[in-house]
Amino acid sequence: MKNEFFKLVLPLFAVCMCSGADWPQFRGPLTNNVATSEAPPSKVDAENIAWSADLEGRGASGPIVVGNKVFVTCTTGFKQDQLHVLCFDTETGKRLWKRQFWATGRTQCHNKMSVATSTPASDGKRVFATFSSNDVVCLDLDGNLLWIRGLSHDFPNASNSLGMASSPIVVGETLIVPVENDDDSFTTGLDVKTGIARWKIKRPRIANWTSPTILKSGPEAEALVLLQSSEGVDAIYPETGETAWQFEQGAGRIPSTTVGENILFVPSNGLTALVPGTSSEPPKVLWKEQKLSPATASPLVYQKRVFTVNRAGVLSCGSLETGEIVWRLRLKGPFSATPIAASNHLYLVSEKGLLQVVQLSEEKGEVTGEIDLKEMILATPAISNNSLFLRSDKHLWKISSK
Amino acid sequence: MQRCSILLCLMFLMSFSASVWADEVEQHIAKIKQVQKEGQGNLAASQAVQQLSKMDSTALIPILSSFENANPLAVNWLCGAFEAIAAKAIQQKKLPAKKLEAFVLDTSKNPRARRLAYETLIKVDSSAADRIIPGMINDASVTLRRDAVQRLIDEAKKLEKSDKKDQAKKVYQRALSGATDSDQVKAIVKPLRNLGEKIDLQEHFGFLSDWMIVGPFDNREKKGYAAVYAPEKNVDFSVELEGKEGKVNWKSVNTEDDYGIFDVAKSISPYKGAVMYCAADFHSPQKQALEIRLGTPNAWKIWVNGKLLFARNEYHRGMVLDQYSVPVTFQPGKNVILLKLCQNEQDDSWAQRYQFQLRIAHPSGTGVRSQKPEATTQLAP
Repeated sequence: MKNEFFKLVLPLFAVCMCSGADWPQFRGPLTNNVATSEAPPSKVDAENIAWSADLEGRGASGPIVVGNKVFVTCTTGFKQDQLHVLCFDTETGKRLWKRQFWATGRTQCHNKMSVATSTPASDGKRVFATFSSNDVVCLDLDGNLLWIRGLSHDFPNASNSLGMASSPIVVGETLIVPVENDDDSFTTGLDVKTGIARWKIKRPRIANWTSPTILKSGPEAEALVLLQSSEGVDAIYPETGETAWQFEQGAGRIPSTTVGENILFVPSNGLTALVPGTSSEPPKVLWKEQKLSPATASPLVYQKRVFTVNRAGVLSCGSLETGEIVWRLRLKGPFSATPIAASNHLYLVSEKGLLQVVQLSEEKGEVTGEIDLKEMILATPAISNNSLFLRSDKHLWKISSK
Repeated sequence: MQRCSILLCLMFLMSFSASVWADEVEQHIAKIKQVQKEGQGNLAASQAVQQLSKMDSTALIPILSSFENANPLAVNWLCGAFEAIAAKAIQQKKLPAKKLEAFVLDTSKNPRARRLAYETLIKVDSSAADRIIPGMINDASVTLRRDAVQRLIDEAKKLEKSDKKDQAKKVYQRALSGATDSDQVKAIVKPLRNLGEKIDLQEHFGFLSDWMIVGPFDNREKKGYAAVYAPEKNVDFSVELEGKEGKVNWKSVNTEDDYGIFDVAKSISPYKGAVMYCAADFHSPQKQALEIRLGTPNAWKIWVNGKLLFARNEYHRGMVLDQYSVPVTFQPGKNVILLKLCQNEQDDSWAQRYQFQLRIAHPSGTGVRSQKPEATTQLAP
């Protein structure tokens, strides 16, 4: 009974530790790309840049925000083997601290990617940064090292010559770190206090760049973590790594599953919508739609619609119930960053650094503002403090109302 | 007399507290250095690193010194404590800059500790780079050496632009003597060759260019990776073997590629679902710990003198120089390197490469060539 109580309460506690304004991990507090109580600027131009801060080296990881601090990771050195975690003041953009470590695993990756492609995560007290070398660093919010793991040091065949990109998530007292690749492929749940593995499960032996997603079917329901791979989606219990259910119809290895309105949107056969059963029952297929097939960016669910971006940079809006296309809008792509949403707008940043704001209505989407940041941006932005935070290799920007 | 006693007592107390403090630092460091794989020792190390991070700047040099003999995980823990203390010291203007510089210049110290000391030093003294880096052209620290090489490349380029070709050539040659990163080597070799210089890059990097090769053996459905074919049991170049498509024999091959690439698909056949075995000798004048550095888009296993060193079951995720670094201890005399190279059956256009490049290097990246057999002591049979 006690264990059951903690299983229910701890995930909620972790989410509560981050204030409402925080963006504590890849795709936000609920890993669904949405900031519910935020109002970043809807009509943007260059004057909305509140500040920009210099970064060094390479980094395709997204920024995260905890309180009045924004955290980013990057790597330097010819082999990108110097790993950095940086912290900036959200108000001023002043760099508060920087810590560096050496990669203990392989740092080879595709030229477009970086060894710092995984977005860090936070439980509100600690920051967890992971890198393509499978080093996992845990610092407090002031930059003091709490623990560090070298997962490729421990398991030398856990690596990907094209680079690792999956972002970790925190659920309760567990940091979930996917290390999925062609050889020694696994996902592990690390104790947030010590870095020691609570569990480690074998995963399909194929390179995988997707990130875990939180599924919480209702206020009283137990949180599950969705692990996507070429074989489909496994829902696991975050405390133990045990499997609750499996969806075995295959899935993509780049864009990740998104949950919205208690429906799973899986990049599988185009896009597949799944309705979850009870915690141990496999979900049922609601619909499949090829026209909603996402490219690199993950799907987004917002205001009872599902949105995807295809290879041609076309934003598609689909019905949640049927998958039918409601409207389409050609944007200036291509996109690697996942679109995010707040206050009736979508925010999409192209690989060329063009931030485009799309205002939503029932019948259409309309671009209401653009800022050309003129640098390659692959990282998904963060929304916090009614502002957007974006990063390239060279800069971190805060975009706010004037 | 009383004053003198008080003074002595004070001196004793100060000396005693300094000694206690130093002991405390050493104890924290010792706990951190006990961290091992899979989080072993993390709990104690976590407490120790948090205590150590609160120490003042006098702990900086002991922390750097402790990198010696620390495993790579412990080095990162120590690095975290060092950076926390150094950040405070910089803010309080108490960074021991002279001691850090002396540490950087002491080549007996750990290369990564020296690099960390250097990067910390230049935060408070940007002129330190001009004093320190030019002397690092053959340093054991890969990153310090890289900075020194870059300075020479920049200098040579300027000389070349000023039409001082002879001087430029000499500076490029000096730069090449320390260069191991492929981007820098390319930036040096192209102008040097244009200036008429002959450069043996295979020698520079320590590539093995002469191989004995046999195959194909069966790797359909990627089953050949785990299969144990005859060369894994015994490397005997005189024996005819049963291959995938009939009898096969070892044959001698060679590559003249600058970067030691031997292309099985182009030079022999674009086999699919195949295993090839490649063998080469490395003659070492003494027992030495080096690295085998391999690049290949194919799955592979590698043995030295019959001992399996590493295996990697990954296909077509790219190939770069020094893609894999495998530590090895070579014995005096002849050492036999056996590489198993597996090709899968993918028909995508990007999945047709069947090639490898293999070099021997010091951990610092400097290439090591095989010595002539007569220059080495042969292993007893």
